[in-house]
Amino acid sequence: MVNRVATSTILTPHRHPPHAGHTPLTTPKTTWPQPDETRQDEAPRGAAPRRIKAEVQDLSFYYGTVGALHGVNLSFHEHAITALIGPSGCGKTTLLRCFNRMHDLYPNTRYEGRIMLHPHAINIVSRDVDPIGLRMRISMVFQKPNPFPKSIYENVAYGLRLRGVRSRSEMDARVEAALKDAALWNEVKDRLKKPGFDLSGGQQQRLCIARALAIEPEVLLLDEPTSALDPIATARIEELVVELKQRVTVIIVTHNMQQAARISDYTAFMYLGKLVEFGTAADIFQNPKTKETEDYVTGRFG
Amino acid sequence: MSAVPSSTTGVGHDGGNRPAALPALRPRSAVHRVIEWFVEAGLLAAAAFSVFITAGIVYVLVTESVPFFRHVSIVEFLTDRMWTPMFAEPRHGIMPLVAGTLTTTAVALLVAMPVGTLVAIWLSEFAPARLREIVKPAMELLAAVPTVIYGYFAVDFVTPLLQQAIPSLPTFNMLGPGLVMGVMIIPYVSSLSEDAIRAVPMLLREGSYAMGAGRFTTAVRVVYPSAFSGIAAAYVLAISRAVGETMIVAIAAGQQPNLTFNPLDPAATITAFIVQVSLGDLPHGEIGYQSIFAAGVTLFVMTLGFNIIGAYLRRRYRQAY
Repeated sequence: MVNRVATSTILTPHRHPPHAGHTPLTTPKTTWPQPDETRQDEAPRGAAPRRIKAEVQDLSFYYGTVGALHGVNLSFHEHAITALIGPSGCGKTTLLRCFNRMHDLYPNTRYEGRIMLHPHAINIVSRDVDPIGLRMRISMVFQKPNPFPKSIYENVAYGLRLRGVRSRSEMDARVEAALKDAALWNEVKDRLKKPGFDLSGGQQQRLCIARALAIEPEVLLLDEPTSALDPIATARIEELVVELKQRVTVIIVTHNMQQAARISDYTAFMYLGKLVEFGTAADIFQNPKTKETEDYVTGRFG
Repeated sequence: MSAVPSSTTGVGHDGGNRPAALPALRPRSAVHRVIEWFVEAGLLAAAAFSVFITAGIVYVLVTESVPFFRHVSIVEFLTDRMWTPMFAEPRHGIMPLVAGTLTTTAVALLVAMPVGTLVAIWLSEFAPARLREIVKPAMELLAAVPTVIYGYFAVDFVTPLLQQAIPSLPTFNMLGPGLVMGVMIIPYVSSLSEDAIRAVPMLLREGSYAMGAGRFTTAVRVVYPSAFSGIAAAYVLAISRAVGETMIVAIAAGQQPNLTFNPLDPAATITAFIVQVSLGDLPHGEIGYQSIFAAGVTLFVMTLGFNIIGAYLRRRYRQAY
């Protein structure tokens, strides 16, 4: 991994190269448990068993006194795309933002319960876990493209610089690899010094994906990444996300049920801050168990 | 005035099917058009007024300095190293005054830009909301103090303090008033910069935090560059304010035209010269009187130059969030 070159872009979530500058996830008082690489989960019907990357256990979340999530239990499979769907206000984005503790940026927010991140079984919503260390390992792409006011190159290099990458050649190689992973390299290789703002909306969003991938995250959080894009740019991003699951566990929030059906392996339907139904995408969309899920996925409400 | 018959709107006829809440579609009434004409004319007049005043100032400056430039060639004006228009054998080189202006401005900016910017970042990114509500107006009071008070503050307090550290510092020098002027313009930088910084969308900050950046890194590497076009406007205003500041430098810098960029020396700025001359009884039409208009034109050109640079920076760094 140290000599990672542009073409070897496999992200291996369980092996963290020391040079990547991952800060310890926990404050010193917590020690790392031994990896539990063998842990498996009963996969939903018809799917091969996969390792669990993250488990949400009895998670509740509060903005002040208002509860936004109520006792959610949910497992996320490694190297799979899990979509969170549901009507506006159902808590799907709130749940996504628990994974990188974005709620910590705002006052009067409170987590209850656990999100266990495997293989080390760390409860990432615990106060003992430093959110900055966590964000070094779980990256996020937002609803609207939000490139920084920097060049294309510097946008991708941002996370690497934060992680202490200094070597010019390593930086070049990893920026190029991330741009290739995000299927943007061919379009921007001749203008890496140009501002990220100069790109089109779809390109900007792929730049944000490249920025998120450059740090070789374990989990990639996508918060309605195509809601501000046209259908062609959306199709490219979807194609890209499907490719990315080889390398990284993907959690995607989407308003677009067709999108969830097209790209997700597992789908969780949420309503009023609760998980209503979770299963393979095929089951949720073709064979839902609950009336609410069926009504939502068939477009009868929401 | 209602030249368009209502039938051509095509709506009025099938009134039965129209929801009751919608008003009928009619041609705009004549009264409305007259009112709008007055509103537009009033706004145009307001805008034209300030342009007209500026044009008037330029006209006076130029016409009054034309006789001066009949006596003194532009080359002499720009290259002579002495400015002594009141002497029996007058010399008319503007450069000593320009040097004094630039030096005091530079000293002031070295204080105001970093401090003002840091205050703005602190106010918008770090200060608790309540503290900000107290600190911001308190800072703005700095700009409300009459400048004549700052002038004596520089002579009677700051310069003696500096003399403790630099014993050779003369009573009148450019460093003291420059520093005081810098303090005075801190709120110009910090208030405008803070507005610009707070206008940066939260989405950009979240993007930076999500990459694992801390608050300071986010503020310096993402928020500051995002707000730079607004911050540049604040810097330009600060420069114009420093270049045009009169009382502090007239009182505390020594009023001796002196071609030097050393802030430890006494000197005169363009504005200090103008106020010095206009305090005396100079008859109209004399070269000494005309010289203040030549100095005024120079000042105007300098300020204009800084504003053009500012406009360029604003455009160059404008972000389409």
